[in-house]
Amino acid sequence: MKHCLSLAFVLMVLWLGNSGHYSPLLLSLGAFSVVFAVWVSHRMDVVDHESQPLHLSGHISFFYCWLVGKIILSNIDVVKRIWLGNKAISPCVARLPLSQKTDMGKVIYANSITLTPGTVSMDIEGATVLVHALTAENIAELKDGEMNRRVADLEL
Amino acid sequence: MLAGMVTVLSSVCLLLGAFLIISGAVGVLRFPDFFTRMHAAGVTETLATTLILLGLMLLAGWSIMSFKLLLILLFILITSPVASHALTKAALHGNLQPLVNENNEQ
Amino acid sequence: MLIASAVAILVVMVMAIVRALLGPTIYDRILAVNLFGTKTVLLIAVIGFLFGRPDFLDIALVYALINFISIVGVLRYFEYSHSEEEGGSL
Repeated sequence: MKHCLSLAFVLMVLWLGNSGHYSPLLLSLGAFSVVFAVWVSHRMDVVDHESQPLHLSGHISFFYCWLVGKIILSNIDVVKRIWLGNKAISPCVARLPLSQKTDMGKVIYANSITLTPGTVSMDIEGATVLVHALTAENIAELKDGEMNRRVADLEL
Repeated sequence: MLAGMVTVLSSVCLLLGAFLIISGAVGVLRFPDFFTRMHAAGVTETLATTLILLGLMLLAGWSIMSFKLLLILLFILITSPVASHALTKAALHGNLQPLVNENNEQ
Repeated sequence: MLIASAVAILVVMVMAIVRALLGPTIYDRILAVNLFGTKTVLLIAVIGFLFGRPDFLDIALVYALINFISIVGVLRYFEYSHSEEEGGSL
């Protein structure tokens, strides 16, 4: 029920933000389409804690603020290496441990790795993730495990 | 005064975004193999996109256009790692071997 | 500044086409097409501001959705058609 309400709220905000016309006819059509969409997704059984991760919403904003800083720093690093040329890069592949328990946590961690330029998650197998990095320093930084720890903290 | 500052700030964002986007494309042309090109494409999809859309948002001010730009930005930021991951995974299953520096062999 | 960034995005799109033509693997081409698609979204948004047509943003939003779906669809096609071929020949 909680998840259905949150889905309805998100859809309503999207509809109001994208429409720009607020006549009674269009508003009632919007309300009808929101109710219809929520009913269909409820019948499809896709409205659960994975599509509407309400339990994460508290801490995830802090995590994304930290991630934005990380992304800016690694962008500067990668752009520097692009202009320095092929001699400045030393690509490498490593298998890193995952300490997240839920699928959601693993997905957030792998997505954060890919979102940071310089590291791409290639595959997840069991409790390890295969990472391709532009330089060995990027791998060393991930091995320190700060991002891993922050995502694992998010799950609690 | 404030309006002038917002215009200057949006120009700075747009120009920085343009520089980053061109850097990323140069990387895509210049890097030696597929997996390293992936990182260069990542630059254009995260910070460059954010800066250009932020510059447009500053031009638009508080309006429905800003909300739509924010939606575009969120959508690109959510989908680009998924697309990158699908691409690397497909390349890995297609037996494309990543170029690895000998010094980093583990 | 809008014109400058529109020109930069156009230059990037040309570079993406060059990478798509050069290849060498199919994945390089898909990466270039993905890059081209996301830059198209940005170009539509910038042109909307340049010509004072805010309704272009809706097109940009829909283009972003279609681009993502098409890339994932093409990738799945290549990923699985490839492995079946190999499995069949072995």
